[in-house]
Amino acid sequence: MRAFSQLLDGLVYTRSRNGKLALIAAYMRAAPDPDRGWALAALTGNLDLKAVKASVIGEMIRARVDPVLFEMSRDYVGDLAETVALLWPRAHDEPAELDDGSLSLSGVIDRLHNVSRAAAPDALAQMMDHLDASGRFALLKLATGGLRVGISARLAKTGFAQAFGLDVDDVEQVWHALAPPYAALFDWAEGRSPRPDPEGTPYFRPFMLAHPLEADSVDLADYAAEWKWDGIRIQIVGTGPKHGGETRLYSRGGDDITGSFPEIAQAFTGHAVLDGELLVKGEFQGGEAASFNALQQRLGRKAVSAKMMADYPAFVRLYDLLIEGDDDLRALPWEQRRTRLEAYMAQLSPDRFDLSAVIDAPDFEALADIRAGARDAAIEGIMLKRRDSPYVAGRKAALWYKWKRDPLTADCVMMYAQRGHGKRSSFYSDYTFGCWTADGELLPVGKAYSGFTDEELKWLDRFVRQNTVARFGPVREVEKTLVLEVAFDSIHDSKRHKSGLAMRFPRIARIRKDKPAAEADRIEGLKRLVS
Amino acid sequence: MAHWIEPHPTGIYVRPADAWIDPSQPQERALVTHGHADHARGGHGHVWATRETLAIMALRYGTASGTAVGYGEEIRLGGVTIRYVPAGHVLGSAQIILDHAGERVVVTGDYKRRPDPTCLPFEPVPCDIFVTEATFGLPVFHHPDTGSEMDRLLHALHANPDRCVLVGAYALGKAQRVICELRARGHHDPIYIHGALERMCALYADFGVDMGKLRGATGVPAKEMRGAIVLAPPSALNDRWSRRLPDPIAAMASGWMRVRQRARQRNVELPLVISDHADWDELTDTIREVAPSETWITHGREEALLHWCMTHQYRARALALVGREDEEDG
Ligand SMILES: [Zn+2]
Ligand SMILES: [Zn+2]
Repeated sequence: MRAFSQLLDGLVYTRSRNGKLALIAAYMRAAPDPDRGWALAALTGNLDLKAVKASVIGEMIRARVDPVLFEMSRDYVGDLAETVALLWPRAHDEPAELDDGSLSLSGVIDRLHNVSRAAAPDALAQMMDHLDASGRFALLKLATGGLRVGISARLAKTGFAQAFGLDVDDVEQVWHALAPPYAALFDWAEGRSPRPDPEGTPYFRPFMLAHPLEADSVDLADYAAEWKWDGIRIQIVGTGPKHGGETRLYSRGGDDITGSFPEIAQAFTGHAVLDGELLVKGEFQGGEAASFNALQQRLGRKAVSAKMMADYPAFVRLYDLLIEGDDDLRALPWEQRRTRLEAYMAQLSPDRFDLSAVIDAPDFEALADIRAGARDAAIEGIMLKRRDSPYVAGRKAALWYKWKRDPLTADCVMMYAQRGHGKRSSFYSDYTFGCWTADGELLPVGKAYSGFTDEELKWLDRFVRQNTVARFGPVREVEKTLVLEVAFDSIHDSKRHKSGLAMRFPRIARIRKDKPAAEADRIEGLKRLVS
Repeated sequence: MAHWIEPHPTGIYVRPADAWIDPSQPQERALVTHGHADHARGGHGHVWATRETLAIMALRYGTASGTAVGYGEEIRLGGVTIRYVPAGHVLGSAQIILDHAGERVVVTGDYKRRPDPTCLPFEPVPCDIFVTEATFGLPVFHHPDTGSEMDRLLHALHANPDRCVLVGAYALGKAQRVICELRARGHHDPIYIHGALERMCALYADFGVDMGKLRGATGVPAKEMRGAIVLAPPSALNDRWSRRLPDPIAAMASGWMRVRQRARQRNVELPLVISDHADWDELTDTIREVAPSETWITHGREEALLHWCMTHQYRARALALVGREDEEDG
């Protein structure tokens, strides 16, 4: 148990992605079977024991520790499992707190799987006595089914792949054919058996991505143009009735987001793999795709209420058809896949699925005009796809381009600054900026932490330090004298901000040392840009 | 009882001696337990403290006028017999034992019960009034064995030969203790120190604390510090100062590191639970040991300790002393 609890601690404290991957990889190489398989299940969210409720843990500790001291401790620590792990009284003959090594992760999981509701508290208490604070924390998190270590399933799989020199996409392909503790996966990873057969399971295929368009134009005889929608790119994978009718939704990173959008998964029963953009219908857009803000209401939620689904109904605008039935179409030219996709639409529910339209333009100039005129909130720009391009993983030169809408800009005044993360943690690199109201008050309109060069960052950091007027924890308020030209993709109404506005993708375009703060833009001006 | 000793928000006043213990404002006559800034202030008229504490105050405030009191030596001020007894907290730290009118008061200042190679161990003194600190006065605070924490530090160091381990440690006490603990475990490589630690380390060395080879980290090329331990005050951990170091692993030696959120707030990757204060069990065991008829709790999380005293039949009160919440001193 100690190796696992140390891994969890390491993942909590390690900031960098590479650091986290290295920790997972080292654990996967060193830990015995089947412990490491269970650990992989826990890290990828495929282990949900729920042997006891949080309230039971509360009762257990109140029976052992003065309830007043427990409440004071919980107020200070915050997390229930951590409070209990730290408070758990040691056996009388044991002065030091230690993990005596008598419990293995798989032993713990077996016990939690098989224990009855009534016997769970005693079983848990017995195990707690053999662990140190880290071990008790891990145990309580496993037992309550609340293990959250701030990493995605994809990251855990990447760490596993790294441990054995595998490609994470190959791991992904076999993943759904396997179940914890993944003995067949480790056998394959360590060369003891061939790769498990993923046939009939809803596994993730890596996305095809686009390069930003840098050339002045492309020939529309070679390239088809499509809108680039501002939602979440997703992949729909359905096994069809023949293989149990399972459907999964994957994000661009390969994370399974089926749980956040159950209505989409339920509406798809086919045997196919599709690429599309997940959007929500906004009432203000007359049932058309709403802005990204609306979609954010649905993101990152494990359980979705009926009200969420009703208020922010999701649908998918389809871009591509990768696999239909047993036919893998990925090697075919885009034009042929497009024809197959258009035909495929007939069997899909129009409530949940529509087709991303191809833009009809006689030449590139006309296309540029169409792009300039687009003010739909859900349009991020234009995609240019080579008509003969196969569907290949990653970014391949000259096949697909994204041609984003020109950013909007505003001159804003810096108001607050905060330290950045990681390499930038010693710099004030996150800036909150505002614009003027008609009454001459400055109200925040956004926050940016990119767009500047290293040199500019140094200059901005110095400006913040020399012009601080107040501090609130990690945040510094600065003299309202510096004008920043902020570029953003779009701006929306927002109830969360006092200014009533929220920018999408704001970044610092230029530092306007030349411009007096009083001449920065006004809120009314920004309101005219709302899409 | 004991009307001759009075708690005030700015310190404890000993009426017959006309002297203040650890006053937070300048006073004519001050009895100082130890050199941390929340106990030892500058600007007093005359200070009674251990030789080491006087030297630390001289370094920090240039205090001129003081009487050095040796451990165990008895002095008399206005009919009060006063003794300084080791508190085990930092170099020169003392509990102040006051006897008057047949009553004994013990003021611990800050103290700990774990061994510390840089100072003498805490001596429990039975008393009538026990004036205790409560920095880690919550039962979640249990300091693990120092050895296991040092092992984790050395393990991280050896596992990352291309990086350095940057340990945040309070400049007075913790830094020198960590260095000595490393030496005791056979780590004899040069240890690099932040400029803010240099004078205090030199003072410790003057008092005979052997810390082996120390080097100033400022101006040293990053390459040279690969695989080395670097010590800095906690405030430098996330500061631009640390940018000069070779891919530092941020560690922090403090009792606060027991709680995840506290370590994460500081962006610490390697939290080391090493404290110069008593943990919960040590606070309560010490009260049992000195068996006072009354306990006064000066600073920290006094509420929980007060509750414990009440439920264990110890009379107790919490003193609301000002300026005593120094989180760096953990
Ligand atoms: Zn102290
Ligand atoms: Zn103190």
